Amino acid sequence: MALAKRIIPCLDCDNGRVVKGVKFLDIRDAGDPVEIAKRYCDAGADEITFLDITASHEGRDTTVHTVEKIAGQVFIPLTVGGGIRTLEDIRTMLNAGADKVAINTAAVDNPEFVREAAERFGSQCIVVAVDAKQVSAEGEPPKWEIFTHGGRKPTGLDTIEWVKRMVSYGAGEILLTSMDRDGTKIGFDLALNKAVSNAVQVPIIASGGVGNLQHLVDGVIEGEADAVLAASIFHFGEYTVQEAKDYMAEKGIEVRSL
Amino acid sequence: MNTVAVIDYGMGNLHSVAKAVEHVGREAGDDVRVVVTADANKIADADRVIFPGVGAIRDCMAEIKRLDVGQIVEDAMKSKPVLAICVGMQALMDHSEENNGVDCLGFLPGDVCYFGDGLKDESGARLKVPHMGWNQVKQTQPHPLWKDVPDNSRFYFVHSYYVQTPKQELVTGKTTYGKEIVATLAADNIFATQFHPEKSQKAGLTLIGNFLNWDGSL
Repeated sequence: MALAKRIIPCLDCDNGRVVKGVKFLDIRDAGDPVEIAKRYCDAGADEITFLDITASHEGRDTTVHTVEKIAGQVFIPLTVGGGIRTLEDIRTMLNAGADKVAINTAAVDNPEFVREAAERFGSQCIVVAVDAKQVSAEGEPPKWEIFTHGGRKPTGLDTIEWVKRMVSYGAGEILLTSMDRDGTKIGFDLALNKAVSNAVQVPIIASGGVGNLQHLVDGVIEGEADAVLAASIFHFGEYTVQEAKDYMAEKGIEVRSL
Repeated sequence: MNTVAVIDYGMGNLHSVAKAVEHVGREAGDDVRVVVTADANKIADADRVIFPGVGAIRDCMAEIKRLDVGQIVEDAMKSKPVLAICVGMQALMDHSEENNGVDCLGFLPGDVCYFGDGLKDESGARLKVPHMGWNQVKQTQPHPLWKDVPDNSRFYFVHSYYVQTPKQELVTGKTTYGKEIVATLAADNIFATQFHPEKSQKAGLTLIGNFLNWDGSL
């Protein structure tokens, strides 16, 4: 009897449609978020993460509406991220039915925001999302820097230090994306994952780079992730969530079966 | 008409709970009405009551006291089925270690304790805190709310503090995370869960459905 490792399909949404890009570019349409969320939930997804990449302000209303619709049909935890900048944004998403919010750029711009958010809403609903990129050269001790704006903007922040700080401010979970791996399908950055997982007490969600089911296993066993997030392998029908779970169970990982 | 009042004291994801209850009622073809409210009269009029809670116990207890929610819950517990969830369950106990110690409502005997740093599983592997995710719940006593819920089903947990009670006869379910801990408690017409049934897919929705049909007796 043990806690199951979680499989979290991620829906990147633009104006109410699920999309998926490679290295944050070249976006492909993958369908209706409500239908997709329901399908993943029925197949055994342990949580759903909804990342809004809609740029326009008007699009935000669409997002709230979509979150409401998903939350009315999917009775597993739902995390919403993208454009969460104020306590009011968090309140809006929680009211729409989100269980957690993922804060990324706003945390970098104003770290105190994370503290305020955790104090107001509780650590259990504050996920800090970080986009990390390796900046050390080969042969040097590994070092990863935090980037924002879809990986375009360096911040000068060291990932390990940053994550420790965010947890001390009340982050209840870390969504860790490797910018080097995102969309590449060559697997998670396992060294990054392990380093972050060992640096803090809270659960880590590994993200960025999943191309096959062995990558999920590696993320848990070698990367010491508590949960694994993937998008394109599920969206384009390469694997079902059920197949992912069966494979992980075969490799000795505790998963939730339906 | 089966009216369910979800007590709104500003803490907790009440919308998740309300949506799950509405969904269960709709699927069963029952006429279920959910009211999310802090109004004592509306709660007194409801057929059953849900006492949710998330976040820090200090803030929860402050709001419970400010809005006199303790009295509302105490009154409800005398006359109708009550389902307490997560911090709602913890608030029923005597005292919590969280936030340097907080006195709770004292409706059920026992304390709320921190998991502790350096928590490990049987094999010595490090366990993260909060205890977050799907864990198995062993049904240690029969109860109407366990109807059609297979023993050792997984439910969604997210908490860093857990309930301990000297009255083991109140414990209806346990889970294991570094140590064996209380997952559910029951006393008279109250049932309390450390996990979130509203986020626990089939097992959780079955439990909620049982609550909607429960008359509060054993």
